[in-house]
Amino acid sequence: MSETHSIAVEFKRVMKSFGTKRVLNDVSFQIGQGQALCLLGRSGTGKSVTLKLIMALMRPDSGEVWVDQDNVVGMGEHRLSLVRKKLGYLFQDAALFDSLTLYENLALPLSRLTKKSKDEIDDVIHRVLTDVGLEGDGAKYPSALSGGMRKRAGLARALVLEPKILLADEPSSGLDRITAAEIDELLMRCKTERGTALIVVTHDVHGARRVADQVAVLDKGNLVAFGSVGEVSQSENDVARRLITE
Amino acid sequence: MRWLSKLFEFVGKVGLFSLRVLVDSLRPPFEFAQLSRQLAEVGNRSLTLIVVSGFALGAVMTLHTRSTLVMFGATAMIPAVQSVGFFVEIGPLVAGLLLAGRVGSGIGAVLANMRASEQIDAIESLSIDSFKFLVVPRVLACVIALPLLTLSMDFAGLLGGFLSEVLTSHIAPALYLNRAFVYLQWSNFIAPTLKTAVFGFIIGCVSSYFGYTTDKGAQGVGQAATNSVVLSSLLIIVADVLLIKCIFFLFPDTAI
Repeated sequence: MSETHSIAVEFKRVMKSFGTKRVLNDVSFQIGQGQALCLLGRSGTGKSVTLKLIMALMRPDSGEVWVDQDNVVGMGEHRLSLVRKKLGYLFQDAALFDSLTLYENLALPLSRLTKKSKDEIDDVIHRVLTDVGLEGDGAKYPSALSGGMRKRAGLARALVLEPKILLADEPSSGLDRITAAEIDELLMRCKTERGTALIVVTHDVHGARRVADQVAVLDKGNLVAFGSVGEVSQSENDVARRLITE
Repeated sequence: MRWLSKLFEFVGKVGLFSLRVLVDSLRPPFEFAQLSRQLAEVGNRSLTLIVVSGFALGAVMTLHTRSTLVMFGATAMIPAVQSVGFFVEIGPLVAGLLLAGRVGSGIGAVLANMRASEQIDAIESLSIDSFKFLVVPRVLACVIALPLLTLSMDFAGLLGGFLSEVLTSHIAPALYLNRAFVYLQWSNFIAPTLKTAVFGFIIGCVSSYFGYTTDKGAQGVGQAATNSVVLSSLLIIVADVLLIKCIFFLFPDTAI
C-alpha cells in the first residue's frame, strides 16, 4: 500500500470473470496524470468493466488496480470513499437520479462532499451547466431531457467536483457529430486546463483520435494493443488495426 | 435438498440485509432529508387508500355483524365488536397488507430500476453510501408511518361502522361511542398498533432487498415489485401470529 506511483491509474495483471465467462484476462496498463487514454474494442470485451474496476464498483478476481497511489482492491469503504472523491464517472446512460432535478443532481455531491455555501454551489452549478450547454435547464427532471442532454448532464455531474481522474463510458454515443465534437472539446479542456486524467470508453474512432494520448484495444478480455494512435494503427493485431483505421 | 439449501441461503441473505438496516440506522450520518421525503411518499400518499379502505371495511363489517347479532338479540354489542375487532386485529393487519401492496411494490420497483439504470452505482461513485442513502430511510419511513396509518384506518373503520349503524338503527352518537369503547383497554389498543412497526420493518426490508440486490436489468424491475408484495404479505401474516402470541404473553388480560 505504501508503494509510490506517479501515475493516475494502473492495472496490474487484472483478471475478472462473470460465471464461466472471462471478461478481463491478465490486463496490465498504466496512464499518467494529465493524460488521456481511450479504450476501444468490440461490444462485450470488458471496457465498461474496466471503468467499474477503477471506481471499485466491482472487485477483480485477481490483480491490482492502482488509483493515484492507492490500490483500491480490498480497500475498506471509508478509504474507498476518499479515493472516489478524486474520480468523476460519466455512465453510459448518464445514470441521473430520476427523482431529482438537474440542479439537485449536481448539488448533491457538492453539498455532501464539500463545504461550499449555497451561493458558491449555485455558482459552480451555473458554470458547469454553461460549459455543457445546459444553462437554464437546471429545474428540469431527467425525464424531460433528450438523450444528448442527459449525456451532457451526466458529464456535468461528473465534472462538478473537478476530479483528478475522469472516467467516461461512451460520452458521444447517441449524439450527433457536432455535439459529440463539443463533448470531446470539453474533455480536452479538462485535460489541458485542469490536468485531469481521462479514461474514455468509446466506439467513436474520430473522437479517440481527437482526445487520446494513448489507445488501448481490448479483444475477448485481452489487451491486444496499447500505445499512441499511430502505434496502434501499425499494430500486428488485426482487430486493433481495423478498429483504429476503418 | 437443493431447494432447501437455496431457501436457507435466501433467508440468510434477507436476515443479514435486515441486520445491516438495523446497524446502519443507528450509525451517523443520518439521512433526515431522505427520511422526510420517504415519509411523505409512504405516509401521505398512502393515507387516502388507508382511510377509504378502513371506512368501507367498517361499514361492511357492521352490516355483516348486525345480521349475525340480530339472531342472538345482541345488537347492542355491535359498536364494541366493531371497535375491538378493528383496533385489535383488522386495522393493523389490513393496513399492513395494503401498505405491502402499495409501498412494497413501489420500493421494490424503484430500487430495482435504480440498480438497472446504474443510479445506485452513480451514488456510490459520488462517495455516498447507497445503502444508508436509499434503503435505511425507506425502511424507517415504513416503520414510522405504518402505526400512524393503522390509527387512521382504525378510526376510519369506526366512523364507517358508526354511519352504517346510524343509518340502520338511528343510534345516538354518544351512545355508540360509549358502547364502542367500553370493552377497549389500553393494552388492546397500544400493543396491536405498535406491532405494525414490525410489519413496516418487514415491508421495508423485504421490498428493499428485492429492489437493491436485483441483477436482472429491466426484467428485474417487475420481478422485484411482484416478489416484494408476495413475500411481504406472507411474512406479515406469519409475523402477526407470532406477535399476537407475544402480546398475549406480555398482556395476559387481552388473551380472554
